[in-house]
Amino acid sequence: MNMQRIAAAAAFAAAFAAGNGAALAQGDAKVLRIVPHSNLAILDPIWTTAYMSRNHGYMIYDTLFGTDEKNQIKPQMVESWTESQDHRLWSFKLRPGLEFHDGKPVTGEDVIASLQRWGKRDAMGSALFTFVDRMDSPTPDTFRVFLREQCGFVLEALGKPSSNVPFIMPKRVAETDAFKQIEDYTGSGPYIFKKDEFKPGDKAVYLRNPKYVPRKEPPSGTAGGKNVYVERVEWNLALRDAQAQVNALQKGEVDILEAPAFEHYEALKKDPNLQIPKYSVVNLQYMARFNHLNKPFDNPKVRQAVLAAFSQEPFLKAQVGVKELYHTCPSMFTCGTPLASPAGSEIQSKSNMKKAQELLKASGYDGTPILLMKPTDLASIQKLPDVAAQLMRQAGFKVDLQAMDWQTLVGRRAKKDPIDKGGWHMFLTAWQGHDIWNPIANPTFDTRGEQSGWFGWAKDDKLMEMRAQFMRETDPAKKRKLAESLQARAFEIGTHVPLGEYSQPMAARKNITGFFITNGNIYWNLKKN
Amino acid sequence: MYTFLARRLLSTIPVLLIVAVLVFLLLRLTPGDPAAILAGDAANTEQIARIRENLGLDRPIPVQFGIWFGNLLSGDLGESFYYKQKVTALIGQRLEPTISLAALTTLFAVLVSVPLGVLAAWRFDSWFDRALMGFSVMGFSVPVFVLAYLLIWFVSLKLGLLPVQGYHRIADGFWPYLQHLILPSFTLSIIYVALIARVTRASVLEALGEDYIRTARAKGLPELRVLVRHALANAAVPIVTVIGIGVALLIGGVVVTESVYAIPGLGRLTVDAVLARDFPTIQGVILLFSFAYVLVNLLVDVSYVFLDPRIRY
Repeated sequence: MNMQRIAAAAAFAAAFAAGNGAALAQGDAKVLRIVPHSNLAILDPIWTTAYMSRNHGYMIYDTLFGTDEKNQIKPQMVESWTESQDHRLWSFKLRPGLEFHDGKPVTGEDVIASLQRWGKRDAMGSALFTFVDRMDSPTPDTFRVFLREQCGFVLEALGKPSSNVPFIMPKRVAETDAFKQIEDYTGSGPYIFKKDEFKPGDKAVYLRNPKYVPRKEPPSGTAGGKNVYVERVEWNLALRDAQAQVNALQKGEVDILEAPAFEHYEALKKDPNLQIPKYSVVNLQYMARFNHLNKPFDNPKVRQAVLAAFSQEPFLKAQVGVKELYHTCPSMFTCGTPLASPAGSEIQSKSNMKKAQELLKASGYDGTPILLMKPTDLASIQKLPDVAAQLMRQAGFKVDLQAMDWQTLVGRRAKKDPIDKGGWHMFLTAWQGHDIWNPIANPTFDTRGEQSGWFGWAKDDKLMEMRAQFMRETDPAKKRKLAESLQARAFEIGTHVPLGEYSQPMAARKNITGFFITNGNIYWNLKKN
Repeated sequence: MYTFLARRLLSTIPVLLIVAVLVFLLLRLTPGDPAAILAGDAANTEQIARIRENLGLDRPIPVQFGIWFGNLLSGDLGESFYYKQKVTALIGQRLEPTISLAALTTLFAVLVSVPLGVLAAWRFDSWFDRALMGFSVMGFSVPVFVLAYLLIWFVSLKLGLLPVQGYHRIADGFWPYLQHLILPSFTLSIIYVALIARVTRASVLEALGEDYIRTARAKGLPELRVLVRHALANAAVPIVTVIGIGVALLIGGVVVTESVYAIPGLGRLTVDAVLARDFPTIQGVILLFSFAYVLVNLLVDVSYVFLDPRIRY
């Protein structure tokens, strides 16, 4: 009798496990199941700079140019282009066979409408449009850009790999007010968005675009052939608990974790069924940002004292912890990219606390408590403010470290008010490398004071003049020289403090192949074996 | 009875009205700017101001309230700032997972805890009684997420019996639906098993000391009949009350379980909405939770009539 019971129990367990396996097998070899780094909420990658929206954009839209793994701009939708001798007329010809998901061909008119909308939202796009006189499309497969004066970053802008990316949409969609979200998600990219299966906070589904004609070149960064070898990609938007993500990957219920927590890195690396693919050579950079409007950070000497106090290693050690995932970087432009240099960074790289104390004393700092905002719910940066507070106290600052959730911080940092009316002095954040790799994209180099784009509102006319010069320069060597001068000036006035770089590991099942060096989280060329 | 029902249903209106006003005002007074969150990290102050204007957040609070309340009266909870979808549609998507989780948890908790509580009362001060009380303390003390991780590690990763995470809609097949709910429901039910078992034990223990139990035993009724028909039936009112409160709490209180098991339910929607300062969604789900509380309480009150013939409304 006992044996019968044991046999029955074993049979039940086997049936149970088999049923479970059958359920899991629903994700067959043609379905790639990905856990993205965050939730996807906004489906308009021009309307917001959120990275999730950008990644969604890369799935369904195509771009005129891409940035390859060596950070070179390469044609993508564009077949060929010419530049007039005076650098004021740019003529582009589109690749044959480009088609939107609704079957209509991609035309120059679509490109022009898309660029115009992008130019109203993106910082680099806005800068480009200050040069643009007009655009036209003489034939359906060509478009031209007429400039008022020569501009040194036309291709860099059109091929910019990070938010906001100039994705090409149908004209009828791109004509949507730039401050209203689009509701038609027709693109011409390698995947088609399954709107009817999109459940915010649950899942987003993309199907292979059978009509997509990839380029012949191998994939590299956001450039090259966008070959798709799976029929369906599912983004699991509900799975956001870090431990649960690892469990699901180990069990094979998902194929890729876009951003596993640093503390799981070693365990993931040791798992024989998993891999940590190398997918990016451009890292993320931490930074501390001052509010230049509020005392004492309206005083450059006080900002320099902070620069001197903030050596990068303690921040990286505390926040990342895994030595192979971080490195110090003396450049304000992402290390490893063409404009990176140590110019002007001596104040930070050769810093010591004694120097910081001397600088602070010389600044006439009156002991005003520094309101430092600490996000408690953003694991990727939440330890940085504690290190900052400690180093600043050692330098002689009084620090008021205020804990809040990230969204409160995001709301508060937009306020230009004084401290007693809800203002702030400093916050710390992280940037993906391609958002800060040149003086136009890098928002901290917009030093127009209160008119400037990004929170902190630094004001420096000299830096703005140099930036305008950089925008006009077309010679790469001169551009590099100018970038060095710009960075030296930024260190001199203390726009912000770069705090070193780290790479965000990705984890995947071993049966996923085809990873290549990209500039973000993009999912073509992958095979599920 | 019908007058009572009508009165109670009418009394929900001022309750919901007060909740609506309070939630609306509290949200506007808490720090955080939905426009800044929506715009993304690299957006500038001008862009944020434009988004705020488009969302209508630049208008005076009474005007915002008037618009929202006017829509509410016509059954429209508004559009989510964050997801650009109707709040009613968002809630509709999330109802099935949460109700399924709450129902299975309640079913499991009641089926396990009531017999255990009755047995413990019947065997008062025995090893079984003491073990059950010990388990109750443990059930209250162990955090849900710890239990969840332990169960996932053992049942899913070591034994491979159940999925680690996710939710399958019932329309996609009953077996996958059930498979994905077993572990979350079991995890969540432990605290309710502990709570209901304790209350059942105390109520039945009290009933077992009554004269009518002695009379029933003296009449020679079987012990099972004495326990179920006489002791448990008379002890049912507090037990049903606790179960009712449990159900109401479950509808809005499954956030941790939903997060660990990646179940896209109302709890997760609430947390996301709060983090994104998605005012229309927060207002919608809190109104729903309030209505659920009121409704469950009403059902519990109505059940008293059937459980205790002495109660009349």
